[in-house]
Amino acid sequence: MSTGASARGMQARASVLPGFGIGLGYTLAYLGLIVLIPLSAVFVKAAELTWPAFVDIVTAPRVVASYRLTFGASLAAAALNTVFGLIVSWVLVRYAFPGKRLVDALVDLPFALPTAVAGVALTGLFAPNGWFGAWLEPHGIKVAFTPAGVLIALMFISLPFVVRTVQPVLEELPRGLEEAAATLGASRWQSFRRVVFPIIAPALMTGFALAFARAIGEYGSVIFIAGNMPMISEITPLIIVTKLEQYDYNGATAIAAVMLVVSFALLLAINGLQAWTRRRQGALT
Amino acid sequence: MSIELDHVSKRFGDFAAVDDVCLEVATGELVALLGPSGSGKTTLLRIVAGLETPDSGSVRFHGEDATDRHARERQVGFVFQHYALFGHMTIFENIAFGLRVRPRAQRLRETEIRERVGKLLDLIQLDWIAERYPHQLSGGQRQRIALARALAVEPRVLLLDEPFGALDARVRQELRRWLRRLHDEVHVTSVFVTHDQEEALEVADRIVVTNRGRIEQIGTPDEVYDDPATPFVIEFLGQVNALPIPGVPEAVGYVRPHEIEVLRESVASAFPARLAQSATIGRLARLEFTLEQDRRSVNVELARDDARALALERGDLAFLRPLHLRRFEAS
Amino acid sequence: MDAASIGSAAFDPRHRKAAPRSLDARVSTVPGVATEPRFVRSLLIGVALAFLMLFLFAPLAFVLVQALRKGVDVYLAAIVEPDAVSALKLTLLVAGIAVPLNLVFGVAAAWTIAKFDFPGRNGLVTLIDLPFSVSPVVSGLIFVLVFGLQGWFGGYLREHDLKVIFAVPGIVLATVFVTFPFVARELIPLMQAQGTEQEEAATVLGASGWQTFFRVTLPNIKWGLLYGVILCNARAMGEFGAVSVVSGHIRGATNTLPLHVEILYNEYQFSAAFAVASLLALLALVTLALKLAVERRTRAHCRLATDRADTAAAAR
Repeated sequence: MSTGASARGMQARASVLPGFGIGLGYTLAYLGLIVLIPLSAVFVKAAELTWPAFVDIVTAPRVVASYRLTFGASLAAAALNTVFGLIVSWVLVRYAFPGKRLVDALVDLPFALPTAVAGVALTGLFAPNGWFGAWLEPHGIKVAFTPAGVLIALMFISLPFVVRTVQPVLEELPRGLEEAAATLGASRWQSFRRVVFPIIAPALMTGFALAFARAIGEYGSVIFIAGNMPMISEITPLIIVTKLEQYDYNGATAIAAVMLVVSFALLLAINGLQAWTRRRQGALT
Repeated sequence: MSIELDHVSKRFGDFAAVDDVCLEVATGELVALLGPSGSGKTTLLRIVAGLETPDSGSVRFHGEDATDRHARERQVGFVFQHYALFGHMTIFENIAFGLRVRPRAQRLRETEIRERVGKLLDLIQLDWIAERYPHQLSGGQRQRIALARALAVEPRVLLLDEPFGALDARVRQELRRWLRRLHDEVHVTSVFVTHDQEEALEVADRIVVTNRGRIEQIGTPDEVYDDPATPFVIEFLGQVNALPIPGVPEAVGYVRPHEIEVLRESVASAFPARLAQSATIGRLARLEFTLEQDRRSVNVELARDDARALALERGDLAFLRPLHLRRFEAS
Repeated sequence: MDAASIGSAAFDPRHRKAAPRSLDARVSTVPGVATEPRFVRSLLIGVALAFLMLFLFAPLAFVLVQALRKGVDVYLAAIVEPDAVSALKLTLLVAGIAVPLNLVFGVAAAWTIAKFDFPGRNGLVTLIDLPFSVSPVVSGLIFVLVFGLQGWFGGYLREHDLKVIFAVPGIVLATVFVTFPFVARELIPLMQAQGTEQEEAATVLGASGWQTFFRVTLPNIKWGLLYGVILCNARAMGEFGAVSVVSGHIRGATNTLPLHVEILYNEYQFSAAFAVASLLALLALVTLALKLAVERRTRAHCRLATDRADTAAAAR
């Protein structure tokens, strides 16, 4: 029943309802003042630099090392979370076990828990005398204050994204499909691989992208456990903070501009993925 | 309160939902807008209500131009296909809503509001559920409440958008008869939209047949059924067969299944045909024939006993004589 | 365009429908047909639980244990310590400003986007989601660039002896930015799914714009609104990165609870740090509990509000 704008120029569809003008005006004003104008400050300031100066800053060895760590660890965390997130979603949707409701609710914990709390908790757990650290140290596995610690922290905060993206798709999967596959002779694994997996693949990819996007910008939960040693365990957001503390606004802004561009690109990619997921789902019903 | 639509048009992008429509509804009439999906009938109804603005043309209520008047000031009652009841209010509050939102100066006293709502609940025979909530009622009950809510503000015109479209077949039938009885009691000028021709034929005083934004025919149920103005109308209303006209290749003859005589001997103007299938449904027999000349299917409806008297077997030859052939140029 | 097609990076657990129990009853339970053999199931459950144990529950438990390790007295002392109290007050103040502001915005934006059709609507929704995709550190940086001493308004503020950065206003701004989309993202799909029919019905019955909004729309969206507010508040109270950049870390003045945890931790006052952290962890648990409660109410509300001829069997 939805229709496009009428031939009479930009006319609101349900024009009989009031409040379009004031609603749109307020929305745009608030959006502009709080979000768009401040964000533009990054690009305006970065544009003050000459291009060679800009490139120098964002390709300095220390900065590049931080890109490797930030993007590398985020990629790894998102990938691992995709695997484990799929298992968790599957278990939560398909199986019953005592305490399932509780577990399901707690999956959202990283989303609700302040990042600083997560940071100090994870550091404490994996420090040499922590619950897990004390068990891993003797085996030569150092987690706290190393890139591995960064990975652990990023896995913590991005886990819910995969689970909550895949869960709805699994829930609405028509079970008749798997029964049909079984009657046609498929084993359980074949049924999963050929019937279920292609259906949830777009959601998995979306969850991966969401987890990745969240992880690359993460600050609070990482800086406690990371060690923060330049060239080794320093994440990009930390470099921005360090430069700010040294009043190197140009440097901080240049790197922030790079991060923003990456974030926006990811946002667009995620939009596209989600549209794809919905189209796939729509084709099922 | 009569309604006049004068050369009303409305486009959505490239799509012409309503194309130069002229229509008059007399005071107290119950008119059906009948047509397939996308024929513009709902858009037309919403234009009368003021929920859509026409690109051109005018809407007049009893001679007064209402085209620029806002929906809230037109004093029309509107019943939606999916009821649009306010789920968080009781049935009483739903019906009283239109009375409660009036500006203070025009608002009725609480006792008067109660009285009016009570009368309406009696009218729709649901006086015992005033304190329930919409989700506790069946679809048929909800639609009656929606009607009462629209009537509470004493509208001059009542508009119903596929009012029974969301209901089961049985409930639909009961409600359409109930609507007719209600209209006979209340006499508000009413227009309702439907794609169900049986509903239109049974309930309406006059039917407006729409197709692709235009009006194909306006007439009483008998008129549109017996004297269709275009091939679309005869195809849309009731079953019909299309037969060739001997000697005139560009013309088509339309005849209804019960307007065909089946003979075992050839006569003038009869088409030779062979029996393909037969079925008995209650007291009717439906016979499907294949014309000898071009193999097209022709459906015939007879009384069961007449069919038995013919004693036709599959593949037997018979002769079909149309009793009332309506001729149109082939489109 | 239906509800699902609007809205970008949507992390929206509320739109998960309950697992259709009746459907499960009709699905084969023979292992190997539509479900795995027993040992596979147990294995997967084991892996899932072990993973979650490691990553979710352990940190939570760790905070609570460490907070109480030196006894309840030390715990309480850490919490009522003046700097901690002022950090708590500041956190509450900031949330108390940011949440209502974003609430009003969320309602206005959702009304505009859900009830009307206009060119650029999709783009607007994506723009509203922007703060979600921006790193917290950058979220703080932008306000330093605008209001800092070297920033666009730096001169003006200095002249008038006003401070935004390294003062409370800056913290409020940064928090408003990072919690910007929460309420809007909850309401937009909800109001779109609800459509415009009830509002149209109210209008035809003679209701004015405000009457329609308060009597018809608001009651329909109240649970979604509450849900958005809960999420918005959790983030507002827990934000660290953005606030850290704009705050100046002045003890007793511009420290929120999360910043205070950092300060204590960096000074090796671990028990105190975990004591304050436990307050925030408690906040997180309360948030989750409220979320769960509202989710349940919303599912029930949706079921009831759906017009289906086959639901509700009151006799005629």
